[in-house]
Amino acid sequence: MARRLNIGAVRSSFAPWADPAAVPLARFEGVTKRFGDAVAVAGVSLDIYEREFFALLGPSGCGKTTLMRLLAGFETPDAGRVLLGGQDLAGVPPHRRPVNMMFQSYALFPHLNVFDNVAFGLRQDAMPKAEIRARVEEMLEMVQMASLARRRPDQLSGGQRQRVALARAIARRPRMLLLDEPMAALDKKLREETQFELKELQARLGLTFLIVTHDQEEAMTVADRIAVMRDGAIEQVATPAEIYEAPASRYVADFLGDVNLFEARVDRVEPGAAQVRLASAECPAGFTALDDDAPAPATQVWLAVRPEKMTIALEPPPPGTPNVLEGQVWDIGYTGDWTTYLVDLAEDRTIRVARANASRLVDRPIGREDKVWVSFAPDAGVVLTR
Amino acid sequence: MRRGPSWFNIASVGLGLAFLYLPIVLLVAYSFNAGRLVTVWSGFSTRWYAALIEDEEMRDAAWITLRVGLISASAATVLGTLAAVGLVRGGLFRGRLLFAGMIYAPLVMPEVIMGLSLLLLFVALGQARGFWTLTAAHTTFTLCYVAVVVQARLVDFDRSLEEAAQDLGCPPWRTFLTVTLPNIAPAVAAGWMLAFTLSLDDLVVASFTSGPGATTLPMRIYSQVRLGVSPEINAVCTLLIGAVALGVALWGLVGRARTRAPV
Amino acid sequence: MGHRSWLAAIPPYAWLLVFFLFPFVLVAKLSVSHTVLAIPPYAPTLDLSRGAAGVRDFIGGLSGDTYRRLGQDHLYLAAYLSSLKVAAISTALLLLVGYPMAYGMARASPRSRTLLLMAVILPFWTSFLIRVYAWIAILKPEGLLNLVLSWLHFGPVEILNTPTAVYIGVVYSYLPFMVLPLYAALEKLDPTLLEAAADLGATPWRAFWRVTFPLSRPGVAAGSLLCFIPIVGEFVIPDLLGGPQSLMIGRTIWTEFFANRDWPSASAVAIVLLATLTLPILAYQHQQARALEGRR
Repeated sequence: MARRLNIGAVRSSFAPWADPAAVPLARFEGVTKRFGDAVAVAGVSLDIYEREFFALLGPSGCGKTTLMRLLAGFETPDAGRVLLGGQDLAGVPPHRRPVNMMFQSYALFPHLNVFDNVAFGLRQDAMPKAEIRARVEEMLEMVQMASLARRRPDQLSGGQRQRVALARAIARRPRMLLLDEPMAALDKKLREETQFELKELQARLGLTFLIVTHDQEEAMTVADRIAVMRDGAIEQVATPAEIYEAPASRYVADFLGDVNLFEARVDRVEPGAAQVRLASAECPAGFTALDDDAPAPATQVWLAVRPEKMTIALEPPPPGTPNVLEGQVWDIGYTGDWTTYLVDLAEDRTIRVARANASRLVDRPIGREDKVWVSFAPDAGVVLTR
Repeated sequence: MRRGPSWFNIASVGLGLAFLYLPIVLLVAYSFNAGRLVTVWSGFSTRWYAALIEDEEMRDAAWITLRVGLISASAATVLGTLAAVGLVRGGLFRGRLLFAGMIYAPLVMPEVIMGLSLLLLFVALGQARGFWTLTAAHTTFTLCYVAVVVQARLVDFDRSLEEAAQDLGCPPWRTFLTVTLPNIAPAVAAGWMLAFTLSLDDLVVASFTSGPGATTLPMRIYSQVRLGVSPEINAVCTLLIGAVALGVALWGLVGRARTRAPV
Repeated sequence: MGHRSWLAAIPPYAWLLVFFLFPFVLVAKLSVSHTVLAIPPYAPTLDLSRGAAGVRDFIGGLSGDTYRRLGQDHLYLAAYLSSLKVAAISTALLLLVGYPMAYGMARASPRSRTLLLMAVILPFWTSFLIRVYAWIAILKPEGLLNLVLSWLHFGPVEILNTPTAVYIGVVYSYLPFMVLPLYAALEKLDPTLLEAAADLGATPWRAFWRVTFPLSRPGVAAGSLLCFIPIVGEFVIPDLLGGPQSLMIGRTIWTEFFANRDWPSASAVAIVLLATLTLPILAYQHQQARALEGRR
């Protein structure tokens, strides 16, 4: 579950994607890539802006890495165009593209020491020796690896290798830094620390970062915007908060965090109040949800409600309360900060309700097999059409 | 495996190794025999080595063998490494199947067939047989061994290293020289060693493709062996074995020094 | 490296076309020629300077006589069958000796494994000819084996210049080629599989036949093919250890070529041998390609 929502929403003033006059730094135009019969990327169009921290999020095999490799030049699109700074990249080999990549395996050259690894890219364009030295030292200083410059990659820890890979990738001051699952090899604690460091670094250098990850928490922590991918196509592009609070589809809602989905049909739309009434077999009284762009009556929809936006009680709520469900607690999961209740509404139908453990009370009042009432406010649910 | 080797495991490995080494040990031991009879020990002597140094034909043969080995192994290493790169990194280019077939077939092809076919080629080309036909013949079959050895290493080689180099602005050919080659160097060197040894070792292909002026050491040894066992041949063989053992030992030392090198 | 890496294949490709594939065309052509007392000692030769007439004469001069003779002379047939028999029995013997060895090596501790591997490879680096030669001194009538036997009060045995000597020489020379692929297959085997088999009630013997052996089958196939194919065409071992009456096809080619100077016959024998071996060679290539794909 994503619990650092506020972080994703911090820099609200930075939103070039909302400015119609802004020119994107990188642009995918109807890009398709096939491997044999398999379609890895299916007609993707996407804009990434200068100074943005952009995340490609999706399960493995969704095409996110292929999309990044198309930008780096390791794959060529079967259809569509990839542009950088307005220039079509078709035919430009990887070594002539002004982007640099941090590989998932880090791909540090095992035969070169830390210094030479970082200097590798600088030595490719006849830079004076002294300048190279200065730049490498600056980079190593920045990632706190200056004292280990003479070490070889196999003498470094995972976290140190990751820093060297980062220093090497930004040493050439690329127009854009591509990060392929940069923290997949780190343990959880180090990963969280590194996420914040990465954000801080990106802000300080004013670089554009494109990160590929399957970890939704990581994407939400670091990114300004997230593109959720599925089967080679983009499901939704939005800020972390939008993606979480206003998912565009059941897939997105389910992929980021937990969600309860109720099958329903639009009953009527309340004009003016932006309220919509839904009929559902799961709730005889029907659901009420807020939606200023509700579909026409009789449309098949799903109401998505996050577990933490629901309330659970042993007593029935006062009459007139909207969105009330009756059920029985089937199991309880305690994770310290949260308690998750699995509530059976009917045979083969279980929903999740989460409650923050605000007090240190060990003895929870709600137990297994208890009959409970679950309710949620009209603004808690999202009406989804797909 | 968990429980460690059983007595049966130890016995089969021990007997197998004894079987492999006993004949060689005996051969080396009898090269220091004073008497001419190979089976009767009549005291330690190095007289056969002295006789060997006097033997001009043997010296010439050794010199030719060495030169053919050095040249053909080096050519085979270049061609074989290129072949491995083409096979592993080239994708599915047209004619790849035939190419792969031509790489693997010589590994198992009976030498007599290889020798005969190469001889016919040189005859058809009107090329007098001698040093260079022999070198070309050895290059042909040893390049396949190099290709297989380097190929195995290239397949295991982390491809993202090459991508990283290119991503950092290194053009493909320079990537091969500065990133790929240093990392597959042990396999390339092993391939060279293998090609060199196979060239030194070869009798059959050499007999077909070599001419009057280019009799190799195995050819010379073979013609003498057919006349019977002689302590002088034992001495030659011991020297060859010694050279190989020295090479392997040096190889091991270099390898160890490299892995131990601090920073 | 870029998408043009296949360019690297061009020099070795060209080399192998000229020095490996094209020569076989020549062998095939020569096998339908006939011997003459000339240099080169066969006819017809293709004279392109005479244009179409040269080509016509050349084609008219070709004949299947050598093959007909090959079919009629039962000595050739006997040599083929004997070669296949020797190769088959030797391969079986090699498996019998090599499998326990490879298995024992795979069960050794990682440290001694490296040493044992070195020990098996090392003889391979010494000359093939020398290793065969070493056996002459051991096996000949007044040799070391009989010396030892006479100490033990056993009668002298005659092994040199018999088929037994050929088998000993072949097994000895090809043992590393059998052990290495077997070892490679057995070493990869996950020991927890055997534990799982034992846990599920299999006796060690059953676990071996039901788990270890089936999983080592790629190694068995690679080792067997790697030995069988060259043994069929083996020349040095039967020549040095088998005595004058030993009949093997590699030796036949050699004799036809060097002693009888009958190049067309030698070529025809080679072509038939190659045809016999095509299937195992293709099987070997297929096996190699698959093993390599598996590691990608």
